[in-house]
Amino acid sequence: MENLIRIRDLTVRFYTYEGVVHAIDDLELDIRQGETLGIVGETGSGKTMTALAILRLIPYPGRIESGSITFFDRDLHREIELLKLSEDKMRSIRGNKISMVFQEPGAALNPVYTIGDQISEVCLLHRRSELGNRAKQRVESLLRDGGGPAAGIKRPFWHWQRRLYNKIAQESNPLEPRFLSHLPLFRRLLWRMGDEAKLLTVDMLKDVEIPDAARVAIHYPHELSGGMKQRAVIAMALACSPELLIADEPTTSLDVTIQAQMLELFRRIKVEKGASVLFVTHNLGVASEVCDRVAVMYAGSICEVASVEELFLHPSHPYTKALLDAVPMPGKELQTIPGALADPLNPPPGCRFHPRCPSAMPVCQQEKAELKEIGKDHMVACHLF
Amino acid sequence: MNTLIDIRSLKKHFPIVGGVLRRPIGMVRAVDGVSLVIKRGQWLGLVGESGCGKTTLAKTVVRLLKPTSGHIYFDIPDEVKVEIEELESLGRNNSKLNSLLKENDLATFSGSRVRLFRRRAQLVHQDPFTSLDPRMKIKDIVGEPLRIYRILSGQALKTAVEELLHTVGLSAGQLSRYPHQFSGGQRQRIAIARALAMKPEFIAFDEPTSALDVSVQAQILNLLKDLKKEFGLTYLYITHELLIAESVCDYIAVMYLGKVVEMARPEEIFHKPLHPYSQSLVASTPVPDPKRRVGRIVLRGEVPSPSNPPPGCTFHPRCSRASQECRELEPALEPVGEDHYVACFHPL
Repeated sequence: MENLIRIRDLTVRFYTYEGVVHAIDDLELDIRQGETLGIVGETGSGKTMTALAILRLIPYPGRIESGSITFFDRDLHREIELLKLSEDKMRSIRGNKISMVFQEPGAALNPVYTIGDQISEVCLLHRRSELGNRAKQRVESLLRDGGGPAAGIKRPFWHWQRRLYNKIAQESNPLEPRFLSHLPLFRRLLWRMGDEAKLLTVDMLKDVEIPDAARVAIHYPHELSGGMKQRAVIAMALACSPELLIADEPTTSLDVTIQAQMLELFRRIKVEKGASVLFVTHNLGVASEVCDRVAVMYAGSICEVASVEELFLHPSHPYTKALLDAVPMPGKELQTIPGALADPLNPPPGCRFHPRCPSAMPVCQQEKAELKEIGKDHMVACHLF
Repeated sequence: MNTLIDIRSLKKHFPIVGGVLRRPIGMVRAVDGVSLVIKRGQWLGLVGESGCGKTTLAKTVVRLLKPTSGHIYFDIPDEVKVEIEELESLGRNNSKLNSLLKENDLATFSGSRVRLFRRRAQLVHQDPFTSLDPRMKIKDIVGEPLRIYRILSGQALKTAVEELLHTVGLSAGQLSRYPHQFSGGQRQRIAIARALAMKPEFIAFDEPTSALDVSVQAQILNLLKDLKKEFGLTYLYITHELLIAESVCDYIAVMYLGKVVEMARPEEIFHKPLHPYSQSLVASTPVPDPKRRVGRIVLRGEVPSPSNPPPGCTFHPRCSRASQECRELEPALEPVGEDHYVACFHPL
């Protein structure tokens, strides 16, 4: 299987007044095509930062210090180095090829626009050529059926409009319509594309199993429940059929029964759209439900990557073992991990986990372990192996 | 085990006001007829989704809220309860009944009686980031209850606070720090120390670990276990995570839309739930075991609004076994086995 995303030696640091925060340290990670990769870890382990780094959305005062993130573009059939792209090119990838679902659906949606408006904005930005085509066909069919009055167009101008629609359909962002659409005569052109986008939006809302999608599209976010909002956000992220969907704790703020519905939806998306999903979560149960492979993060680096079965049935890294033991299960004694999470301002030398590790060796204090393959689909960064 | 808390058909409704005159135009039935018994030394888990009234129930039990109707008996002998029941069946306006209720029913307490009661029952809030005053030092936060009730002062207060912090696993060197200097787990420890300061018999926990990571959550749960053993406490533990309730509680009550739908021991809830809601709750709880992915029941739809609950059984719009009976009549909580109660016409 081809790798969709290849992250090598990624280092992200935050320059704060208290000092330099080592958020991500020499991270190495592959996301394969069509798989759901889970990233699990505790608060502050760098899960979200990894997701944001892929989109190059690390907030100030953070900086991507070094490393490479390559993205395999299926349409162009070549690899793109995301960290070297211009901001303009990056914008055309964000939301289009790689999109993201944020943790809090209430905060991700704009409270003053309707759900339909917000989703159609994505379509108007990234799917303009398709909308141009649809609008052209719509006008043509209207002209065929009832002539100019039915389409609301005077025939002499139609010739012009068709030219513009054709232009929009061919190029993604041509200049001419952008200027002309500001003239009152041609403003209808944009309206019609907006109408087409709204129709598309309703279809997309239906796709994420929202009942009565046409009605939901004209609602404002506060009128919907948490689960509905999260579905709308997922619909927005899927608007351009992205190749990679990054979901950052998408079910954390939801109830278990709604969470189960959401996980079912993510499973369906993966199968139907063939998209890869990067699923960031702190809930090991959720990870085992939806993921094909799981990466465990601790203090900014990956300590273990394996297929779900391997990871949960044969955890190898001491941290993974400790984490699994800390999950409450009926009829099991709760184990705790001694000590606290490594201080990101002043991380311990060598392996980040060694101060809390039950099987720490002298070498752990000096050297950081590299990710090593210890079995089929099973990589561990530990000196024990 | 004798009964410590006996809650009988407790209701707490919040009015929705509207219009220019702010008149009530509706009622949010947050807790709608809950009967529960908490035995001394028990760790009772209260499980349910958000909006089902778990927190309101806990706040009502420790009397941060005054119930709309119903009785709460805290450490009252059975004979008194029987007597009240008999008098109640005779009629409402009975001076003897009123004086008995005033003496014994926590739901009617006010003022100094509530204050007296709170020395025996405490509440730990959900979010340790908002439940601690950011402008108070830790020693003041933990010592505040002792100071308010004028139990200790001066040097004795200081040693008592040190001791309390020691019991929850914090060192005395951290006494003069402020809450923001602590991590989430440590803050929750401080909140627990504050609750312990009054040496209560009963503590209600409102999702104490929902804001914490798994490893810290395990530390807190183990701490609660130790404290319970050490001080002989009784817990009411609210959580939305079934797995936590299963692993630490002695007894579980499942709530749905202001009502308790099933009560049983954890093994029974987990392995043979009888109410369709408990069953789907168990099935939709993600377990970190890839082998257990099968046989999931995904509930359709969402929890209805407690201001306008469906008639009959409140779960019927989402239930796969709903019949005409469920749409019209309300099932009562009936015993079905040893220590197992369920409110359903068609239990599994």
